[in-house]
Amino acid sequence: MFAYYLQLGLRSLRKNPLLTLLMVLAIGCGVAASMTTYSVFRATSNNPIPDKSSQLFVPQIDNWGPESTQHNKGEPPNAMSYTDAINLMRDKRAKRQTALYPAQMSIVPTDPSMLPFRETSYAWYTDAFAMFDIPMLYGHPWTANEDESHAAVVVIGKELNEKMFNGVNSVGKNINLNGRDYRIVGVADRWNPEPVFYDVTNTNGFDDPIEVFMPFTRAVELQTATNGNNNCSHDPGKGWDSWIRSECVWLGFWAELPTKSEADAYRSYLNGYAAEQQRSGRFRWAPNNRLRNVTEWLEYQKVVPQEAKVSLMVSLGFLLICLVNTVGLLLAKFMRRSSEIGVRRALGAPRKEIYLQFLIEAAAVGLAGGVVGLLLTGLGVMGVSLVFEPDVAKLAKLDLSLVLLTMLVAVLTTVLAAFYPTWRAAQVQPAWQLKSN
Amino acid sequence: MMHIKPILAALKRHKAGTILIAMQIALTLAIVCNAVFIIHQRLERVQRPTGMDEADVMAIHSIFVGLADNNAGPLIQADLQALRQLPGVQDAVSINSYPLRGGGWSTGVRTDVDAKDSKAHTTQYFADERVLATMGLKLVAGRNFRADEIVQADPQSVPDPSIVIVSKALADKMYPDGSGLGKPIYIGDTKKPTTIIGIVERLGVPWNSVWSDDFYENSLIQPVQLTGPFTNYLIRSKPGQLESVMKAAPAALVKANRMRVISKERGVRSFAQIRDDAYKGDKGMAILMSVVCLVLLGVTAAGIVGLTSFWVGQRRKQIGVRRALGATKRDILSYFLTENLLIGVVGVVIGALLAIGMNLWLVTQFEMARLSLVYVLIGVVALLLLGQGAVLAPALRASRVSPVEATRSV
Repeated sequence: MFAYYLQLGLRSLRKNPLLTLLMVLAIGCGVAASMTTYSVFRATSNNPIPDKSSQLFVPQIDNWGPESTQHNKGEPPNAMSYTDAINLMRDKRAKRQTALYPAQMSIVPTDPSMLPFRETSYAWYTDAFAMFDIPMLYGHPWTANEDESHAAVVVIGKELNEKMFNGVNSVGKNINLNGRDYRIVGVADRWNPEPVFYDVTNTNGFDDPIEVFMPFTRAVELQTATNGNNNCSHDPGKGWDSWIRSECVWLGFWAELPTKSEADAYRSYLNGYAAEQQRSGRFRWAPNNRLRNVTEWLEYQKVVPQEAKVSLMVSLGFLLICLVNTVGLLLAKFMRRSSEIGVRRALGAPRKEIYLQFLIEAAAVGLAGGVVGLLLTGLGVMGVSLVFEPDVAKLAKLDLSLVLLTMLVAVLTTVLAAFYPTWRAAQVQPAWQLKSN
Repeated sequence: MMHIKPILAALKRHKAGTILIAMQIALTLAIVCNAVFIIHQRLERVQRPTGMDEADVMAIHSIFVGLADNNAGPLIQADLQALRQLPGVQDAVSINSYPLRGGGWSTGVRTDVDAKDSKAHTTQYFADERVLATMGLKLVAGRNFRADEIVQADPQSVPDPSIVIVSKALADKMYPDGSGLGKPIYIGDTKKPTTIIGIVERLGVPWNSVWSDDFYENSLIQPVQLTGPFTNYLIRSKPGQLESVMKAAPAALVKANRMRVISKERGVRSFAQIRDDAYKGDKGMAILMSVVCLVLLGVTAAGIVGLTSFWVGQRRKQIGVRRALGATKRDILSYFLTENLLIGVVGVVIGALLAIGMNLWLVTQFEMARLSLVYVLIGVVALLLLGQGAVLAPALRASRVSPVEATRSV
């Protein structure tokens, strides 16, 4: 019966090609517009570390006081001062923790014919590798002892390893960064979380993968400047030493707290820490801290670009209009066939069969609309780079799940739109139709 | 207009179709109004001037590698010498940032040394006396820096300057009566006054996003040559020679000193590229919204054509009867046009309310301005015309129905 109805449906669609074309195009355009923008939205609202997004936390400590935080609804600064980061590292109250910042590192090739170049570089503690689940291709992260001794060691990324060492195991070799030699202790496999949750403050969530990882302690000892933002509530004074002793905020901080009780304990530890700073006279205000996990942090930092949200709204509205349009056109199409329906009903077809026949016909329209929509979505995804930053745009891709979703949305919405016209068709009185012809 | 009563009576028998068309017109109006508003806003931003004479200007971003402290001063001087000697180069300057670059310095400024809050927010540019010529800025009052007034400074400890050149927008903000020249301002937290010695007609900030909109033209230039490893070279070529300078300049820099990084992606850009990069998002949004609007209007028109054709087909007999009873072709035509106009009016009234409501919602969710009613009015007229245009073909077909039709069936 299904095959028969499908055949009937296709025949009826062919009988009225203009109306059919209008419907298919309307559905195709609506679905394509919403799927294209959804592909961007999906990329930007992705959970970058699903297994641990509720276990990794960003502590924020208010070291500026109400005078500065009042401009931001009383929220503490979104980065940490060196003083607080070092104190938190020293207290080691979380299972794992790290301070981090994007370091200004250039690679100086030994081959004199090659010019120096830069790669995304981060300075952090060895705990970060385990916290962020970074896969290793060769070797291991450096040790906690090497953190303490400010050792000249690095872990490099897969791409850099390929560029400098043709992809062979480079553990034990040296690499020259900013004019100094570092011993490679490990090569990380491709690790490129989207969005870049570990440093949203400096990247807005999108950046190239890290190729150089180095010990935080070493980077600070060498006075390696940050490649990211530095915000000061007051003039820090002259020189590096006064800068790192100042209340300028420029560091990221992450703590791994696997259970709720550990998170609660850490919260009260932070309050205790701030209260202690208040007693010592450094803070002249009550503790004002935050502890946000990955999901909350990405939400708070508004990683999903405004463009993505606005255009998703617009496209959903667009899809709605296309649907209203489809309802109208299907209504016109179905009601035109009142006499045919009358004949079928008079010959004994129950209402259920009429429902089935017309819903299947609508599904066929939806399927055709989905195919058109898929083609247009492909075009749209290619055109996404017109609207969004290249870092964001390259995340939007037409993969299998998007293809399936496009078809599903097209068919489902069309069938949904067909409910009212089908109901009207099923209400047709057979006697009336037979009489009038 | 005397036809309205029978039209209303007929519409009552086609409630579903009527509601669908009205709804579609309403939704289309709401979305198109807001989309056109967004397009217009974006285009306005894209056309904002920077105050620079942008033709023949390019920028190079260079980072020195392996410098122990912030002591790149002599290296930068050597670079500038190499650049300025290149054939085809008219002038060159080293600067911390430039309009539309995306990143830069900003601070508050006061006119009263004891004031707690700053009077205005401004960007800070650091460059030598060649900056006005290189950027092509127009000095409208006062004088330029002299070469002997330029100081070298570590970016982590820039001394408070004694003199400064400001944009006219900033000068007028600080001294609204227009007497800014020669007056003191206080930059950041300092207690030390800085004298305004020159005013340029216009100079934009390095940012172009919404948050910088309220200080977009507040800029000041300090007579300082920064000595950090990062620098931007702005280069003005002789007219028409930009292309050759774009190739020669980076090569000259590498020749002067190999221990540097000039990024492949954004290291060397003409100002036209810089402008393109900066406004890519705004332009793309405008294109996207325009496409959405056009397709939407097309879809709505198609819907009206489809449903009206159906109605005409359904009523062929009634039309025939009317024609047989003496109605002219024009009467039939005007019947369908009036019917569509009635539905259209209901649609646009609901649509106008929806458009305003949608805008109010967008204002609360995103940093967006209030919708001007002009857009709604234009949208209303456009959609009514669209409806009349769409209904024309089926209505004409209806008017050609022959009176004989009345006798055909039954």
